[in-house]
Amino acid sequence: MGLDNLFLGFQIALTPFNLFVAVIGITLGTIIGVLPGLGGANGVAILLPLTFTMPPTSAIILLTSIYWGALFGGAITSVLFNIPGEPWSVATTFDGYPLARQGQGGQALTAAFTSSFVGSLFSVVLITFFAPMLAEIALKFGPPEFFAIQLLTFSAFVGLGGGNPLKSLVTILLGFIMASVGLDIVTGQLRLTFGVTDLMKGFDFIVAVIGLFGIGEILLSVEEGLKFRGVRTGMNPRVVFQTWKVLPRYWRTFVRGSFIGFWMGFKPGGATPASFMSYAFAKRFSPRGDRFGKGELEGVVAPETAAHAAGVAAMLPMITLGIPGSPTAAVMLGGLIIWGLQPGPMLFKENPDFVWGLIASMYTGNLIGVVMVLAFVPLFAAILRIPFAILTPLIIVVCAIGSYAVHNSMIDVWYMVVFGVIGYVFKKLDYPLAPLVLALVLGDLAENALRQSLIMSQGSLGIFFSRPISGAIMALAVFFFLLPALTPWWRRRRRGTSPADSAAARARAGDNGPSER
Amino acid sequence: MRAADLITATALMLLGGVVIYDAVRLGIGWGVEGPRSGFFPFWLAVLMIATSAAIIGQTVWRTGRGPFVRRAAAGSVLAVLLPAAALVLATQFIGLYVASAVYVGAYMRWIGRHSWPLTVGLAVAIPVVTFVVFERWFLVPMPKGPLEAWLGY
Repeated sequence: MGLDNLFLGFQIALTPFNLFVAVIGITLGTIIGVLPGLGGANGVAILLPLTFTMPPTSAIILLTSIYWGALFGGAITSVLFNIPGEPWSVATTFDGYPLARQGQGGQALTAAFTSSFVGSLFSVVLITFFAPMLAEIALKFGPPEFFAIQLLTFSAFVGLGGGNPLKSLVTILLGFIMASVGLDIVTGQLRLTFGVTDLMKGFDFIVAVIGLFGIGEILLSVEEGLKFRGVRTGMNPRVVFQTWKVLPRYWRTFVRGSFIGFWMGFKPGGATPASFMSYAFAKRFSPRGDRFGKGELEGVVAPETAAHAAGVAAMLPMITLGIPGSPTAAVMLGGLIIWGLQPGPMLFKENPDFVWGLIASMYTGNLIGVVMVLAFVPLFAAILRIPFAILTPLIIVVCAIGSYAVHNSMIDVWYMVVFGVIGYVFKKLDYPLAPLVLALVLGDLAENALRQSLIMSQGSLGIFFSRPISGAIMALAVFFFLLPALTPWWRRRRRGTSPADSAAARARAGDNGPSER
Repeated sequence: MRAADLITATALMLLGGVVIYDAVRLGIGWGVEGPRSGFFPFWLAVLMIATSAAIIGQTVWRTGRGPFVRRAAAGSVLAVLLPAAALVLATQFIGLYVASAVYVGAYMRWIGRHSWPLTVGLAVAIPVVTFVVFERWFLVPMPKGPLEAWLGY
């Protein structure tokens, strides 16, 4: 049954128009991934208004293709410029940049792109089989289960996201509070508007994404002194084929990275820890582990496979439960609502052509993507040689257009500037931004789920723990929330007994710092 | 760094206070059929105040780690932020296309010190390309001003 549906999906994804859309999306996405200050999430957010007039399936193909392109683009800047465009590309720079310095940039890029492709493919295959099952289960969920899953999403940020758990919690709460500004659809009352008309519409998370990630990121990179000292790509077909001959040697790393990526990835904020964990494991198990960090091809394969497996896996909760696993998935979820689709398990029943077209396009999009980036790397790398004084105003103009186009309102453009300043300050102070955006997206859904649950139980919180599925999910969520408090205690107990296991601990500690950047 | 941390956490606490004030007005208890409008924001704000207080405690406990931003770096951040704000302000009056032409041109000339031909060329080309892509191809309207009105849009 699954294969029939997939076949149907391919019939949609392989129409000339949708293939064309995928190519455009990947080109734009790769450019966005290469540009400083623009990443997957805000790239998708800025270009979302372009999809308003498209059929929904083509629209989602465009957005997902932009996402794949941005993931590939991040690898280019990491390897050639030592600039991780996204937090999950940080581990790619460890061995990618040294390789490029030694004149093996072509090999490193080929390995990075191929690994990305393998990791994504692995996750897409798993999504093909698991998504219908998960949607089937999710159809039986009531409000308490949905609220529990949302709580689990946010507990994962606090417990597993790395960084300061208190600050993660505050940004989640702030996001929920911002989501509640405006009209309360249940009672019809205005909340937190204090008589200001402009606040009645509330805050749109797409504008928040553009401001927090786009403008904030530019301010941050300006402060650090925008300097791109790139290494030449050294890319040609011979290098590609020679690298492909070597790569099968690392099959263990591919498999391990794919599993780590998928497993971490469908939980929120998973791509960054997944890439570090995969790198740490590869370093530990590789016979040449001591050479990691000086330019080992395997050190590029490991994080890239995991990061992309995770990036694709983040789509699984988005299409089955209507709960995005990453800010980029959140923007796509916002797109679904704008195109008139109801995200959640019913999608599989009511819009099978949309869901399966999307899944099939993950196969075609990644295949087209890997071919395109391999062929056009030098062109994409040349973007970073555009002078800073041209790039910066251009990016800001594009961000302003994107913010305005969401609702055709000027106030949104002002919000974008304000969010930019908030994003800059929060990033400097290690307040994570992804949970804020997700809370802003899920705010209304979570509040309604909570209210409906409380109505069902007539005000008792016991309902979340007395139902078996929500009880189990709640228990896991509570465990994640308490994890930051438990970890130091647990580590202290272990330190005396087994020092050999400290590599895993170091991998965990390692994902704390850079994941905030 | 430490001062910035304290200010941010304090600001979040004050925001929490404002939210609680409005939530109490809306009613935080049980209404006719279910929780009232202020219920969810109220508990969010209570948690936010408590967490911000914990962050303040944490920050006070630790020693400072240098300034939030160095003076020279702050200058270059403002050199991006202020023109961007000026762009948004100008867009409100003269429309996006003219404002972005002026903005790109001014930025390239005074901050990038690019030559006049390149500056003028790009300052005209970027809004024109934007116009074609958004207004023509994708039918997404942008804010317009007197120039566009004069041209008949």
